[in-house]
Amino acid sequence: MTWLLLAEAAVPEGGLFDLDATLPLMAVQVVLLTFLLNSLFFRPVGKVVEDREGYISTSLADAKQKLEQVQRLEAELTEQLRGARQAAQAAILEAEQEVDNLYREAIATTEADANRTREQARREIEAQREQAQSQLMGKVDEFSTKIIQRLLAVS
Amino acid sequence: MALLPFTLPFAELEVGNHLYWQIGNLNLHGQVFLSSWILIGALLALVLVGTRKLDRDPRGVQNLLEFLWDYLRDLARDQIGEKYYREWLPFIGTLFLFIFVSNWGGALIPWKVFELPEGELGAPTADINTTVAMALLVSLAYFYAGLSKKGLRFFELYVEPTPIMLPFKIIEEFTKPLSLSFRLFGNILADELAVGVLVYLVPLIVPLPVMLLGLFTSAIQALIFATLAAFYIGEGLHEHH
Repeated sequence: MTWLLLAEAAVPEGGLFDLDATLPLMAVQVVLLTFLLNSLFFRPVGKVVEDREGYISTSLADAKQKLEQVQRLEAELTEQLRGARQAAQAAILEAEQEVDNLYREAIATTEADANRTREQARREIEAQREQAQSQLMGKVDEFSTKIIQRLLAVS
Repeated sequence: MALLPFTLPFAELEVGNHLYWQIGNLNLHGQVFLSSWILIGALLALVLVGTRKLDRDPRGVQNLLEFLWDYLRDLARDQIGEKYYREWLPFIGTLFLFIFVSNWGGALIPWKVFELPEGELGAPTADINTTVAMALLVSLAYFYAGLSKKGLRFFELYVEPTPIMLPFKIIEEFTKPLSLSFRLFGNILADELAVGVLVYLVPLIVPLPVMLLGLFTSAIQALIFATLAAFYIGEGLHEHH
């Protein structure tokens, strides 16, 4: 091994398990590094990460609350919509009934009118026919008396 | 390694060879610090770029950093529990990031390009000092967490569920850092050596599967170390009833 040849009076022999002042100094160095990294790395990065975690959780809670609100409003609106639909249905039904009623009424009055007019016409016709018949009868009577007079005069 | 008559430029094996820095009469492994500084620098640069403009709508590097943060938070929270994980997240996260960056940096950066007078650059976690340092920090953190939260009642842990467990629990306090440090050290060093030996023997293509496997184990080791550290701390904080 080379280090055996290089061993001199002042310089220690070295070797794998050579414990010396490197140990405490390294310990001090690691402790210093701990403090340095604490202020440069762990604290600032931790703050950012935890701030973000807080931000995310509050945002999430906020969003949940808003979602709840939206769902409540939606349910309310659905209820309103159903009411409105029912009202519309009722209005349509009512209007249809009314139209039906009006239609029937109109037909009934028209029919009654027509009947009355027909009746009147029939009665007028009857009266005229009767008049005509009586006139005709008068004329027949007149003619027959005339014929009888003529015949009597001739004979 | 002068076994072969020739040496390839990027295929030399050195084990236990350190670039020594001497401060007073203390010895330091310079290569470990050099590579760890480079890797920590890269990590900090990434963090600085990513956190320059943090936004609620993440873009670019911020996504990566947030993914990492989330991953580490889940890791810490699963092991330590909702109540206390915040205080320990930076420690657990730093362990994970440092080990991960060290392992992958050690495997991915062509360290051989940088010539050192002695030793070689590589994963800082392939040095026993680094892993032992982190394992002892974990043990300290575990005791600190338990004692600060529960006071002396922390030691009730040793006689739960029965006092027979006392010797085992005491032994456990020593085996925890030992197993933590040696698992990481052994895995990373073994991976580096396996890749090194394969590159030394067949420099082309053949080492690639082992390198990929090494990347996989490196990531797993970082996860294991961080998870166990979090688990130990969680155990120290756990309320017994």
